[in-house]
Amino acid sequence: MSDIAKSARGDLKLSNLTKSYGDFTAVDDLSLVIPKGSFFALLGPSGCGKTTTLRMIAGLEEPTQGTIALGETDITDTKPYQRPINTVFQNYALFPHLTIFENIAFGLRRRGIKDVDDAVNKALDLVELPHLAQRKPTQLSGGQQQRIALARAIVNRPALLLLDEPLGALDLKLRRQMQIELKWIQKEVGITFVHVTHDQEEAMTMADTIAVMNEGKIEQMGSPADLYDNPETAFVANFLGQSNLIKGTISGNDGANQIVDLFGQKISLQKDRSHGVDNSIYAGIRPEKFRISRLETATSGNVLTGGKVEDVSYIGVSTQYQVLMPWGQELMVFEQNDDGVAPFSVGEPVNISWEPIFTFGLRGDEDAEAGTEVNPDEDLDDE
Amino acid sequence: MKKLSRWFGRNLIRIYAVVAFTYLFIPVAYTFAFSFNDSGKSNLVWKGFTFDNWKNPCGAPEICSALGNSIKIGFLATVFSTILGTMIAFALGRHKFKGRSTTNLLIFLPMATPEIVLGASLLSLFLVFKINPGFWPTVIAHVLFCVSFVVVTVKARIASLDPRLEQAAMDLYANERETFRRVTLPLVAPGIAAAALLAFSLSFDDFIITNFNSGTMTTFPKFVYTSAARGIPAQANVIGSSMFFLALAIVVIGQFVGRKRKVS
Repeated sequence: MSDIAKSARGDLKLSNLTKSYGDFTAVDDLSLVIPKGSFFALLGPSGCGKTTTLRMIAGLEEPTQGTIALGETDITDTKPYQRPINTVFQNYALFPHLTIFENIAFGLRRRGIKDVDDAVNKALDLVELPHLAQRKPTQLSGGQQQRIALARAIVNRPALLLLDEPLGALDLKLRRQMQIELKWIQKEVGITFVHVTHDQEEAMTMADTIAVMNEGKIEQMGSPADLYDNPETAFVANFLGQSNLIKGTISGNDGANQIVDLFGQKISLQKDRSHGVDNSIYAGIRPEKFRISRLETATSGNVLTGGKVEDVSYIGVSTQYQVLMPWGQELMVFEQNDDGVAPFSVGEPVNISWEPIFTFGLRGDEDAEAGTEVNPDEDLDDE
Repeated sequence: MKKLSRWFGRNLIRIYAVVAFTYLFIPVAYTFAFSFNDSGKSNLVWKGFTFDNWKNPCGAPEICSALGNSIKIGFLATVFSTILGTMIAFALGRHKFKGRSTTNLLIFLPMATPEIVLGASLLSLFLVFKINPGFWPTVIAHVLFCVSFVVVTVKARIASLDPRLEQAAMDLYANERETFRRVTLPLVAPGIAAAALLAFSLSFDDFIITNFNSGTMTTFPKFVYTSAARGIPAQANVIGSSMFFLALAIVVIGQFVGRKRKVS
């Protein structure tokens, strides 16, 4: 069993995976396939079950129900050390009593490999820290420890590399740099990466596919662009970036489009971007997709009239407006400062317009605030 | 006057430290100084400087056999109590089992029980089982009270150990046994070493429990106690001072190694 597990390769399949602690269900009937060689991100707020999922894949947590398979091999009941899976832990978990060299060699030695020098040195080169081989972990900076933790995992050429909020402890600048490096390393070594994070920007920068998790379930899975441009739930729309969600009803059809009535004003919504179940719907538009214009300026596409500028924030690359609509809702509008039009001032009456293809439709019975109350940047220890 | 009180206020903590350390070390200094006393029989009055006591520490009758007994008992008690205590500490620190909190409480009992009670009841227990007081009953008694201290010391170290390090080892293909040997044990080792030193000094020091259970066998504390009536020989000061400097050396070396490990 264990030898078969050790050499298992292929797609990772989670089937009906469930983890309960007493009454609390951390992971709820989760099924997904992570294709071999991909960079996959599990994204969600603290306590959404993403870390528990990762720990079950690593073998550090036993599923209450469901199976985990790598290729054709069921690895659900194997021990962590029998799985061809390595983890980069959140706090790096480097062995403080061993040198950097021995830390990296640890996995190789445990598998009975005698000559480890070559592999370890290559791994050190890959993370560009060959000069630190004889140091102890406590003598390294956070960024260096992070890279050593990565080298220690990658040197084993696992079928799957798990990253548990690996950049959480780094400062912003270093985090950006490591994001790019991680992506480059993933391409270089071709190992499947499963990355757990609560930082939507981090997930979008690195991953090919993102699964957004909430309360133990997957809300939506897809490419970063899919998730951002065509979210299927209010949680995804709000957790990834910001969204304006306007309550409305579907009042008719126009070919590939639905006509949506938003407080008396008609807009169009592509049918394949409409995820409602009945006539009640939320029309969603990202703030940067809006155009803001004076009443006399001609507009095209979807138009909402009767707005009044409530607040203006000039932030360099863009200007952010809060526009109060006749039905009492404030809409967010981000305008690039690139068209020479003087910024609008507070109190000015304006129209808002956008290209119809940028509209997405969500079920009208959803909580429009879902996913907004969780701050994706907060640095909480997950679970 | 004002100047003086301000100076006093600023240096109060230093003055306090000097006074406190003086208080702590006067007995040690006295013991050390009188180890050089050319004393003859009684070592109460200074009679002149000599190296004779240091040249011949076994000069007083029975002193070195008593010391030998103390070292043997200390060594055995340390080995057994450290092994036993470490295992108990791991069980308490790492596993959830029925009666864990009760065990935790029971471990504290020997520390809380007055030694005189512990010593007397052990003696009566040995006599009930028809075991005569002597070397081995003393070892057993010492293991008994040392175990508690070992458990407490090692458990503190285990509690401060990040469980993710062991998980990382398992993740890196180390099975349970290898994880323990390569990661857990080396990281807990300083705690075990500290516990062993503590156990040895507790055992070496002990008089009350030993006095009940050792019968006619003499240990170093017993020797000092019984000779106090006729005058403690200067050789006892030599041995006492040596023990003090040995302990000091161990602490200093420990600090030095610890610091070097962090810096290099």
